[in-house]
Amino acid sequence: MKVKITIDDKIYEVDQETNLLEACLSLEMDLPYFCWHPELGSVAACRQCAIIKYKDDDDEKGKLVMACLEPVKEGMRISLQAPQAHDFRAHNIEALMINHPHDCPVCDEGGECHLQDMTVMTGHNYRRYRFNKRTHTNQYLGPFINHEMNRCIQCYRCTRFYNDYAGGKDFDVFASHDSVYFGRHEPGILENEFSGNLVEVCPTGVFTDKTFKKHFTRKWDLSNGPSICHNCSLGCNIIAGERYGSLRRIRSRYNGDVNGYFICDRGRFGYEYVNSENRICIPLKIENGESSPMPREQAVREISEITSGAKKLIGIGSPKASLESNFLLRQWVGSENFYAGIPANEGKLIRQVIKILKKGTVRTPSLSEVKGYDAVFILGEDVTNTAPMLALYLRQAAKNQPGEVAKDLKIPDWNDAATRVVVQNATGSVYIATFHATKLDEIATQSYYAHPDNIARLAYEVMAEIEGNFKDETKVEAMDNANQPLSSSIAKAMLAAKKPLIVAGTSLYSEAIVQSAAAVANALKEKGKDPGLVYVVPEVNSIGLSMLSEQFLEDAFDKTDSADATIILENDLYQRKDKSSIDAFLKYQKNIISLHYLENTTTHQANYVLPVGTFAEADGTVVSNEGRAQRFYKAHQPDNDIRSSWEWIQEIMMDKWGSASFDEIVSSMVREFPELERVQDAAPSAEFREETQKIPRETHRYSGRTAEDADKNVSEPKPPEDRNSALSYTMEGFTGVPPSAITPFYWTPGWNSVQAINKYQIEVGGELLGGNPGIRLFEPKETTDLDFSDHIPLQFSPKQDEYCGLPLYHIYGSDELSAQSPAVKERVPEAYIALNDDDALKNDIREDDMIEVSVNGEKKRFAVKLHKGISPGILGLPKGLTETAGTEFPFTATIKLISHE
Amino acid sequence: MEKPLTEHIKTDGTWLTLTEYEETGGYQGLRKALSMDPLAITKLVGDSGLKGRGGAGFPTGKKWSMIPMGKDAHYPKYFVVNADEMEPGSFKDRLLLETNPHQIIEGAIIGAFAIEANFSFIFLRWAYHKAAKAITQALQEAYEVGYLGKNILGSGFDLEMSLHISVGRYMCGEETALLNALEGKRAIPRAKPPYPVVSGLFGKPTIVNNVETICNVPHILAKGADWFMKLSKSEGEGGTKLYGASGRVKNPGLWELPLGTTLREILEVHAGGMQDGYSFKGVLPGGGSTDFLTDEHLDTPMDFESVQKVGSRMGTGTIIVLDDKTCPIGMLRSLEHFFAHESCGWCTPCREGLPWTAKLLDAIDAGRGKMKDLETLEFHTKYMAPGNTFCALAPGAMEPLQSALKYFRYDFEKHIHEQKCPWKS
Amino acid sequence: MTQEQILSEKEISEIKDSFKHFPLKSAACIEGLKIVQKYHRWVSDEALKELAAILEMSVDAVDSVATYYNLIYRKPVGRHVIHVCNSVSCYIMGYDEIIAFLRHKLGIEYGETTADDRFTLLSVSCLGDCDHAPVLMIDDDLHQNLTTDKLEKILNNYE
Ligand SMILES: Cc1cc2nc3c(=O)[nH]c(=O)nc-3n(C[C@H](O)[C@H](O)[C@H](O)COP(=O)(O)O)c2cc1C
Ligand code: SF4
Ligand code: FES
Repeated sequence: MKVKITIDDKIYEVDQETNLLEACLSLEMDLPYFCWHPELGSVAACRQCAIIKYKDDDDEKGKLVMACLEPVKEGMRISLQAPQAHDFRAHNIEALMINHPHDCPVCDEGGECHLQDMTVMTGHNYRRYRFNKRTHTNQYLGPFINHEMNRCIQCYRCTRFYNDYAGGKDFDVFASHDSVYFGRHEPGILENEFSGNLVEVCPTGVFTDKTFKKHFTRKWDLSNGPSICHNCSLGCNIIAGERYGSLRRIRSRYNGDVNGYFICDRGRFGYEYVNSENRICIPLKIENGESSPMPREQAVREISEITSGAKKLIGIGSPKASLESNFLLRQWVGSENFYAGIPANEGKLIRQVIKILKKGTVRTPSLSEVKGYDAVFILGEDVTNTAPMLALYLRQAAKNQPGEVAKDLKIPDWNDAATRVVVQNATGSVYIATFHATKLDEIATQSYYAHPDNIARLAYEVMAEIEGNFKDETKVEAMDNANQPLSSSIAKAMLAAKKPLIVAGTSLYSEAIVQSAAAVANALKEKGKDPGLVYVVPEVNSIGLSMLSEQFLEDAFDKTDSADATIILENDLYQRKDKSSIDAFLKYQKNIISLHYLENTTTHQANYVLPVGTFAEADGTVVSNEGRAQRFYKAHQPDNDIRSSWEWIQEIMMDKWGSASFDEIVSSMVREFPELERVQDAAPSAEFREETQKIPRETHRYSGRTAEDADKNVSEPKPPEDRNSALSYTMEGFTGVPPSAITPFYWTPGWNSVQAINKYQIEVGGELLGGNPGIRLFEPKETTDLDFSDHIPLQFSPKQDEYCGLPLYHIYGSDELSAQSPAVKERVPEAYIALNDDDALKNDIREDDMIEVSVNGEKKRFAVKLHKGISPGILGLPKGLTETAGTEFPFTATIKLISHE
Repeated sequence: MEKPLTEHIKTDGTWLTLTEYEETGGYQGLRKALSMDPLAITKLVGDSGLKGRGGAGFPTGKKWSMIPMGKDAHYPKYFVVNADEMEPGSFKDRLLLETNPHQIIEGAIIGAFAIEANFSFIFLRWAYHKAAKAITQALQEAYEVGYLGKNILGSGFDLEMSLHISVGRYMCGEETALLNALEGKRAIPRAKPPYPVVSGLFGKPTIVNNVETICNVPHILAKGADWFMKLSKSEGEGGTKLYGASGRVKNPGLWELPLGTTLREILEVHAGGMQDGYSFKGVLPGGGSTDFLTDEHLDTPMDFESVQKVGSRMGTGTIIVLDDKTCPIGMLRSLEHFFAHESCGWCTPCREGLPWTAKLLDAIDAGRGKMKDLETLEFHTKYMAPGNTFCALAPGAMEPLQSALKYFRYDFEKHIHEQKCPWKS
Repeated sequence: MTQEQILSEKEISEIKDSFKHFPLKSAACIEGLKIVQKYHRWVSDEALKELAAILEMSVDAVDSVATYYNLIYRKPVGRHVIHVCNSVSCYIMGYDEIIAFLRHKLGIEYGETTADDRFTLLSVSCLGDCDHAPVLMIDDDLHQNLTTDKLEKILNNYE
């Protein structure tokens, strides 16, 4: 509700639910702050947002209050400009700065520092403090984060984010008075998956990006691409920053519907592979095992010659490639010859998920909507590792039920400190059923560890309980903490909630899990609840790819010998299936053309390799797990042959596609796939202009452009043109707030740090001006003919000497590309095999013993980890590590002890 | 002259046991209370004019009346006794704790009953070892005879009471920081609102009262509001008050006197005037975080309102006397170092402003002062004014400073002009 | 690689016993730190880790609390800890002399421990005994109305 308040003698309409700081910022006023954060709420520690509040119309003196902790009230009168408030704010900065090292010229934060901005804003510029500064020692915090405690201004944001918000355990505030210290109790790697957000949450340079430091450049010298993180299926929005041809850093790009302010560490630090030595930058031709570079024109010519006369081509697409690249490949080889480059079991599951998204009646919330649910039932997913940001937001959802009490006490939800006193460490109903212990167990009401079939059976039991017709024959032996059937406590919790959320996914390759999740959600819907249903899928464009094809890798293998050329798009097949079947397939291919970014086993077997852009050097659209189509843009135009896959295909198919713009390709795709129609609206077209101007990727302070090549040429070259988007590769162009989908950086006068985001939102913490980017392709239907209610699988029971092998996911390691980034690589575990304690005991196996695992006669050796909670009869094997890549799950295996540790 | 709080204490250094306490009329107030409606108790305490003795002088009955009562209130509720006493120059609660623990326990049981709290904590500062023994023994005795535990004296009222011994920080005395300490956390103050009466210990309705405040409660119950009001010499504030004096007086100590006894009477009669060879320069009337008063204020009655009127606060009522042979800057240094060290480090003005203040005083004291420093000090007193900081610690720290700048300006300037401390040879 | 356990069964049960006063285990954090210190004189990193496990808290969270309070020692202390009151009344009544004497006599500064591990010297905020200033505390014993002569004798009582 809106109310009227008077600020410095002018009347404004503001939101009643908020505090005065948010209200003023939403009105585009400049009011400095530090400890307040739109997502973390108010604690009034820094005292920087001081304003004057008047009792009534006659009050002339007023009272100094902290705007962040003062609720908006109808008719109130305040002043930002009153000298008393103004002076206090300047003095407060002066006090904050007495120990600050003033090392801006050598600080990574310099030029995008909230502390700098606020200092200038308050007008403090003369230092009266004439004593020594206190100094701190810094800590090693691991490969991601650099620590420089002397810059700290003690706003407490770091610990409030790391500990209170992200559930981190290995960081805190120590000591007291003016020697408070923010760090770890001893130096070491920051374990939390969201530690990278400290870089943006800290208003100054205490926590900075260590990977950026390796090739540091000033913020204003970056060329930026509004992009989408390609490291999992959630589609978090990011900004990719480039300088001199290398990708320098990733930052979170605010999207109120998706990732909000944050991203995970895989997303932030997993970019370094883009600059890898193994990067393919020029076309390669490989003959007799010898690879030789070749000019672009020649490569294009030779490949067109081979393919244009071909009777048959095979195209293998990729869930890592954009819709447009996959679509053009499909056009190239013909729809019947286009195969989604993933195994059929995965592909079918994803298509199942798509069907549910498309036809179901239950809403799939956007990522950030997840925060609004108040009871959660997770089926099979190790969310922290398969969809990290979802885990972060599930943690917030878990606080909703206990938070109700705070609401009762009329504590506004932005009042973080007071809310936490009431909530303490309580969590609401969170039930997790997985095959092993997961990190989210710590917020779980109860966890249940079982084989996927039994997880599904539990879900069906829950469904039956919800429907009120519990059938005894499905009975799972799971009991809750009070020794009642677990299914009934889950059902009760879901029914008691206002908005229950079911989370499942494809990670265990279990159709039963995918279906039973829908069945539970449907049952809740039928009961008049407002449930949500989230499916996690494997990759950034798994959904998009599977909408373009229902043929998968195995289907391609069946056609092995008939094609003249096989084109493999952004895909290392050895990551997908076992080596022998890929070997067998590739062996028969006459001409293999691989479009890829990095050298790998697949490219080594190709005849031609074309260098293609990663997310940082390509344009395209991807569809997230939510079914949200989002556009990503090049951060820069490489000066080598790297380009988007679709641009290569376009060049090869010159006569057919040569003149088509990106938008035209999208239009053709949409004509062919009407379901994708709204992809066209995912971002402004290339024709879009703001005040007749393009949107610059570089800030207006971009320096040294004219001197960049001074050793070779003194005349300034014409910047490359971007005919595919409304963005330009220069610093010239529109300087205001661009449309949200094509915002390459944040800057407004006086606000050089990420905090400038306030000015890009309609209301602080809310939607971006013009709406949050991305288009949802699916919305729930009124009615459905989907019915999974009787697909109950048979009970899994462990066999005598046979194990079921299931994948264990690692945020650092299970994704092939990010794992090749040096910083992330430091965090990738060694391959191991996880066993249940009893199974180990039975076989006389102990922790770290070496065992041999035979799968279909193939033998591999691994060290053993006794994994907490793993259920009997199951082996866990890390997915996607170098040693385990290509393993297909689930597998059946026997084990043999090789040696004790 | 009646001295309800201290008249029965023993002189042999031991505390009153349960039986001894009962013999002096102990636990009669509780018996009476248990037969009353809780709301009527609160009203009675309100009528008595009892104001909090923790320093702020908030009317106790009014505080209790803000606790949500009845079925819709959140339970459990808590009743906490603040026995942290760490204000420099204050030593009044110590006497009550060491000599008559049952008086406190009885008061707390009544308070808990009045607000329907089933749990109570006595938050004691670490240094009071003897008090800890006294309270521990007294709690045990009270449990044994059924003043604590289930169904107290057959009333159906249950109360668990325990002793928490702090690990030392002045901040713990601030009531919301105290609650954080009781929760096992860093003693950082909490933002108000919500007040502890709404969301206190573990987020539940909580009352925090000072030891001395609580000790008055059994007597009010036993003898009535009128009686209590009449103990005082001051209008609208009831009871006696423990007044103390330290510094170069002949007879430093602690006395229970009618509330509103004048500063002069306390200093000249009870404390025996200045030691020989020392003359009076000023006082901090109620502990380290109150403003200096001088000669001209000596006839001020020591009650909350009167002391406020002359520009200071009654605070804890324990007077620190400054004599002519002690350097006021040195005294301030001691105080400001204390406050700077005890700052919790949460809000900017206090965390940064107090060490800065302390360093300025160091510099002046060491003969390195500049006239500009006085302006900076002046500025600090405004910067850390009440309301500007998160809690009352820093504003309290500014009280002696701002008044010293007013009354002892000459001494500051002398230090700076001579570039040395005139008291040091 | 089982390291020797620092906390004895007795300590552990004392810590667990303190849970009963609070609705949350973490609330016994300060209580736990005190118990550890009672038996070991100070709280070592190893002891801190074991305590954190008992409280089901992270080591960092426990250390955050431990380092906040004045009287939890995160460094080893001597057999006797001297807490000298440095607050205002003691200042007026001759604190300077007392501390000068101690510094000279023990040859250590605040925060330090004598080489023979006998005394650790720490300052403390007002001990609440201002009418007997100057005062200090050695271990649990309060010593009032100090003069340097008196102090000399007092020290002899602590071996
Ligand atoms: C920094 C600070 C320290 C305090 N220390 C004490 C204390 O040691 N004992 C006490 O009773 N009140 C202390 N108080 C006051 C308490 O916050 C609170 O007002 C008091 O316990 C309420 O009790 P009363 O209403 O009975 O006075 C302190 C306040 C502040 C700001
Ligand atoms: S480290 Fe940064 S975030 Fe944490 S308190 Fe210091 S300035 Fe704030
Ligand atoms: S932003 Fe309001 S006090 Fe820090």
